[in-house]
Amino acid sequence: MNQSKPDRGQQYNEGGTGHRDNQRGDQGDAGQRDDQRGAGQPGNHQGRNQPGNHQGSNQRGGGATVIDAVLRWRELSILVVALILVAYFEAANTDFLLSEASLQNLSQFVAPAAIIACGEIMLMIGGEIDLSAGMVFALAPFVMHFAHQAGVPLIPAIALALIASALIGLCNGLITVALLVPSFITTLGTNFLLNGLTLTLSHGTPAEAPEDPVFGAIFGNWGYSEIIWAVVVVAVMHTVLRRTRWGLHTIAAGANPVGASEAGIRVNRLKVGNFMLAATLAGLTGVLESFRISSIDPQAGGNSIMFLAVAAGVIGGTPLAGGSGTILGGLIGAFVLGVLSDGFTLIGVNAFMFNIILGAAILAAMLFNIHVGRLRRLGAMR
Amino acid sequence: MSAALTRSTATPEALRAVGIVKRFGPLTALSGVSLQLGQGEILGILGDNGAGKSTLMKILTGFLPPTEGKLFVHGQEVALRSVDHARSLGIECVYQDLALANSLSVYHNLFLNREILYPGPLRILNNRAMRRQAEACLEQIGVHIPSVTLPVERLSGGQRQAIAVARAVNSKARVLLLDEPLAAMGAREAGLIIDLILRLKAAGDLSIIMIMHNYAQALEIADHIILMQRGQVTYENRAQSTSVEELMEIVRREYRAVRTT
Repeated sequence: MNQSKPDRGQQYNEGGTGHRDNQRGDQGDAGQRDDQRGAGQPGNHQGRNQPGNHQGSNQRGGGATVIDAVLRWRELSILVVALILVAYFEAANTDFLLSEASLQNLSQFVAPAAIIACGEIMLMIGGEIDLSAGMVFALAPFVMHFAHQAGVPLIPAIALALIASALIGLCNGLITVALLVPSFITTLGTNFLLNGLTLTLSHGTPAEAPEDPVFGAIFGNWGYSEIIWAVVVVAVMHTVLRRTRWGLHTIAAGANPVGASEAGIRVNRLKVGNFMLAATLAGLTGVLESFRISSIDPQAGGNSIMFLAVAAGVIGGTPLAGGSGTILGGLIGAFVLGVLSDGFTLIGVNAFMFNIILGAAILAAMLFNIHVGRLRRLGAMR
Repeated sequence: MSAALTRSTATPEALRAVGIVKRFGPLTALSGVSLQLGQGEILGILGDNGAGKSTLMKILTGFLPPTEGKLFVHGQEVALRSVDHARSLGIECVYQDLALANSLSVYHNLFLNREILYPGPLRILNNRAMRRQAEACLEQIGVHIPSVTLPVERLSGGQRQAIAVARAVNSKARVLLLDEPLAAMGAREAGLIIDLILRLKAAGDLSIIMIMHNYAQALEIADHIILMQRGQVTYENRAQSTSVEELMEIVRREYRAVRTT
């Protein structure tokens, strides 16, 4: 950490009382920096005169730049972990990435977790969670199935499935914000409720996915179609979070709900919207998966896919406490989970080992999030 | 109390409150408070906890309706319906908890809920325009931070307070209410905020009400001060005409009176 301090020190000068003061601040900082570095470069802090160039990467030592980058782009650290894992498994088993079958296998593990993670991350930024996502995943294809059987063409049937999912999200959201039930409890309830509903409607038996070769291929049956869906959803949601008013307000409301309301942001409406978004994405994933395996299974998805998605979000750098988050990180998190799962399978490690590693990875990611965040703030105090 | 009404003012009034009463059930938080804020003036409100300062502030921002009394904004009588209504009349409040989103950048905070968007239904943020305008805005009122792209959590308490004030100014506020703007701040940081407030005042079109605890700082910044005790204005004067000692003496009398009864 000490290495990164000098670079960031330049930001902590107080400004505001005019130039003289600023200079004094700079010199004070320079002195401090010299102490820390041993060999100082007093003339080397012009950064503050270049407004657009915060934490500019010029005039930096390599090590400090890396630490700085890791601190700023949380996605980067998990990406490094992902690459190390890939390299390890590739070395242990050359078929890991280079064979068609394992690549498809990996993409089919990553895609559903990544799509559902997008919705969970939007909720987690607001300090909420949707535990029912896995059950929406199971129910949505049955809605499509029954509608299709009743004579509705396939596309409207899929639309109906997504609308039904959105309505479940609406209920989750309204119960949470209007009736003031914590979302953990709300969605714990709807989790069981929807599971029972799906099992009742389906009589506990799987149904066949609608037969339509072209459609089936687009919606998940072709080996890579699901990962393409995932990448598109991630790209759209990343843009929504980083570039639109909706995303900005979601972060603001998560970081400071009272403050956001005082600024006139309709925090509750945002939350309900994000519940609907999360449920719709879960429903879409369920439909995609049903086409992929050509079968609609009432026991599909469930809590394991939901927890994988939440884990992907957390490992990717979105803290459960809210206020910040990254969709891109969620995709990388899902990728890491997929690599772990496939990698262990291919090198013949006991499947139970996967859960041990997964648990450890979530804990490590959480510790990293909490303590790196703390270190950042400590750095800022200086 | 009547002093506030009869005070002769050379400047036009920005805000006037007459006989504001606020009751919460059996509790009377404000029993007939009157005050007047001239255009371009700074009014400091002093008083202990429970004196009714915060309740008064909430009434002035439209957050609470008064039980009795009248409010005049720029000479027009108004009944504030909501915070948004007050805001539409140019009354902005900077709360003690600052209402900043710590993980968002300075410029996003400055434009929170007033973002500049690209045309179209998708509401895409025009970050570049916001960044430029944020830089211009901070430059204009003399707030210096390393970069407007830094998240607010990386700034010091004083810088955050400055950003919160800048946000209110940026929203075309004409009457600025500051709730303990110097709370929990070191002398150096407080100095920066005091300078900022005085610069805003010098620019002319902003009138400011500050709730304060520190008598010395209040007398240094404010043109007028009022002292509130038990829901009433018990003292009102020009800052130049009074002193910390005089204010302390009034408060001391109050304490003695409380203890003997």
